Amino acid sequence: MATPETRSPKSLRHSYKRNLKERSIEMLLFLAAFFSVFITFAIIYLLISESFIFFEHVSIWEFLTDTQWTPLFDDAHYGILPLVSGTVVSSLVALVIALPFGTIIAIYLSEFAPFAVREIAKPFLELLGGIPTVVYGYFALLFVTPLLQTLLPELPGFSLLSAGLVMGIMIIPYVSSMTEDAMRSVPMHLREGSYAIGATRFQTAVKVVMPASLSGIAAAYILGISRAVGETMVVAIAAGMQPNLVWNPMEPAATITTYIVQVSLGDLPHGSIGYQTIFAAGLTLLLLTLVFNILGHLLRKRYREIY
Amino acid sequence: MQIFKPSSTATLTAQKSVVNNLNFYYGSYQALKNIDMVVYEKQVTALIGPSGCGKSTFLRCFNRMHDLYPHNNYEGEIILYPDNENILSREVDPIEVRMRISMVFQKPNPFPKSIFENVAYGLRIRGVKRRSILEEKVENALRNAALWEEVKDRLGDLAFNLSGGQQQRLCIARALATDPEILLFDEPTSALDPIATASIEELISDLRNKVTILIVTHNMQQAARVSDYTAYMYMGELIEFGATDTIFIKPKNKKTEDYITGRFG
Amino acid sequence: MAMNHSDNLNEIRAIIAYHKRWDLLALIAGIVALMIAVLTFIALFGNMIIDGMPRLTWEFFTSFPSRKPEAAGILSAWVGTTLIMLVTAAAAVPLGVAAGVYLEEYAPKNLITEIIEINVTNLAGVPSIIYGLLALGLFVYELGLGQSILSAGLTLALLILPIVIVATREAIRSIPVSIREGAYALGATKWQTVADHVIPYSAPGILTGVIIGLARAIGETAPIITIGALTFIAFLPPSPIQDEFPFVSFEWLMEPFTVMPIQMFNWISRPQEAFQHNAAAAGLVLVVMTLLMNGLAIYLRYRLRKKIKW
Repeated sequence: MATPETRSPKSLRHSYKRNLKERSIEMLLFLAAFFSVFITFAIIYLLISESFIFFEHVSIWEFLTDTQWTPLFDDAHYGILPLVSGTVVSSLVALVIALPFGTIIAIYLSEFAPFAVREIAKPFLELLGGIPTVVYGYFALLFVTPLLQTLLPELPGFSLLSAGLVMGIMIIPYVSSMTEDAMRSVPMHLREGSYAIGATRFQTAVKVVMPASLSGIAAAYILGISRAVGETMVVAIAAGMQPNLVWNPMEPAATITTYIVQVSLGDLPHGSIGYQTIFAAGLTLLLLTLVFNILGHLLRKRYREIY
Repeated sequence: MQIFKPSSTATLTAQKSVVNNLNFYYGSYQALKNIDMVVYEKQVTALIGPSGCGKSTFLRCFNRMHDLYPHNNYEGEIILYPDNENILSREVDPIEVRMRISMVFQKPNPFPKSIFENVAYGLRIRGVKRRSILEEKVENALRNAALWEEVKDRLGDLAFNLSGGQQQRLCIARALATDPEILLFDEPTSALDPIATASIEELISDLRNKVTILIVTHNMQQAARVSDYTAYMYMGELIEFGATDTIFIKPKNKKTEDYITGRFG
Repeated sequence: MAMNHSDNLNEIRAIIAYHKRWDLLALIAGIVALMIAVLTFIALFGNMIIDGMPRLTWEFFTSFPSRKPEAAGILSAWVGTTLIMLVTAAAAVPLGVAAGVYLEEYAPKNLITEIIEINVTNLAGVPSIIYGLLALGLFVYELGLGQSILSAGLTLALLILPIVIVATREAIRSIPVSIREGAYALGATKWQTVADHVIPYSAPGILTGVIIGLARAIGETAPIITIGALTFIAFLPPSPIQDEFPFVSFEWLMEPFTVMPIQMFNWISRPQEAFQHNAAAAGLVLVVMTLLMNGLAIYLRYRLRKKIKW
């Protein structure tokens, strides 16, 4: 039998036109994805290049050790410490609230709450987390501060304490939902192993579930810290905006973020040293949060790999 | 439904537990129907039957694991001797039941802790703090679970680093450490390779004189190898119960015979 | 078992009773903590209702800000917010969805992909005020867009980009391989499979993410302040829709603006109590807007989870 010449019909061959179209679409999509990397580079480039000009005027030594931050005064000082102290104190107050409460709520929702309660509580907490920060700022200044003043009469109208407290409340949903996610990712058979020996819910939660989800919980805490450090509006509204090297939460003070807000509220000419200070402050903030974020994501990745 | 008397070799054993007219419901679905059975002390009782016959459901009634999930309901009783107490009663605390009746699961489920802490967990839950007591009991449990020789030099290692068979023996040691009155095994070898399976089966045979054992298996040879008594279940009912020799050599019920001889299942 | 059986039993019961107290304590602590969260929300909302409700009249929505608190309103603020959200959505949705599609459907497992992925998660954690600095340097000065609606919209688009990307990826991931294989088996190209099946089927999930992102953008204050937008705006930008040919105009993009949270912040900073009542009223509008958007997103997600069983 004679074999006919095998020949694929034209339509079945690779179409260069089709290939070209597919490749160019893929390229476009890639560019969109890569754009996020470009944003990061733009942020880093901008902060560093403006800060660079700043550090030509101000030595890094002065920046890190001077105890005054008065760049807009005639007698200008450029010590970042007052801003760092404000940031640290307000964040600490916030974390003292957010971490325990967030954890307790997460334990309750993950290990104790009946299904119906969980189904209602989770979206509710999510809604709480979605309220704009400026509204929390209003709440801190005009509700929490007067309330605290009835208990602590010497509390000034602006204080790190009330800003920190409200910031803490604001971060609770964030911490609790991530902690709960981590705890729920612990497989049921591990819990059953604990219950089968006669453990109570609390023992199972604390001795088995929490250790098993430790890296996830740590990630939730660290991202909570990063959130507190980067928070702006609550502190800008409720803590006053005077740079003040204090470690007492009962005082008004500025944080790194509120300083940027304060400068932006004024009318600073582009290119002036005052303009550059906010980039130096921003760079400090970015480095601080970057450390926490990278640590947090590494930990999260770890617990996702285990289960 | 009738309870068959044990074979002559086992007549001297006492009853550890008696199941009377047990019904179990997942919501409105009835998973167990009118089960009557006896568990003899320091004997191995195997529960066999095709998948979905309710044997695991039945086993999990013995330490009230069903209480962990909503919409589960028990009817009837499981009497535990010598206290003559119905462990399914609402007045009985499921936690107490679980402290007295321990369980080993299908898939090894060691906690993400050290080998030592895994075995000590049940003791710590009971409030044992003295290091010397913990060490002694952990060693005993590991010896009883035939794991001591393999792990005695690395008790501080994470339990996840053990092989599957070792993990399962660790879970057995964990259950043994608190001196349970009954030890429940829910298909303990189904996730293991043949060599690990053999070691677990050997272990169960060794344990039969120390503790009352109830084991669910879908492997009939395994039931024949390790058990003194066998119960055959089908569609949530207990079809036949008796000495393992009797069940495997001359079953009284046609359904049991079909299953045993592999004509069905 | 050397111990006497009933002694042993009594001991077990004592231990259980002791542990149960802790169990109860933990349960109570959990409920109390949750109640505190609920109470805070009630206090926050109630406080704003008491202060702001009387100001919520029709005039409040149709008046410009004013030196007289009782005559002031949020007209320029809500118009500004709406226009900025248009820009934000127009920029963030195509970019975010394209990036999500690439990462989920196209990306090879290599270093570049990993860098992009790490980068997206990191961007989500960058404080919003940093985006403000980026916008100030890049949009306002480098690109010369000024303190305009376009600058603000693009800034917020960058801010919510990670949210849109993550939501897109999650939505796409929930579509089973069998759907894609079904399309390929009929001779579809990769892009045809993605465009005809993957994107449409994941649209509800993507939409949920976009709404959550926009709800976040609506309330963002710090980055908008940073680009220098805290000004007194008592006029509206030119309407996007014109009477004459070509009927659409983009002049509004380059106009100065104010937005809801900025207007609220502005009023909070005033010492007079009457302005703070205006702030409460503006806050109320803002909270209701974000709650509605987030609520819609949660509802959509809930329906999605119930409806689709692949």
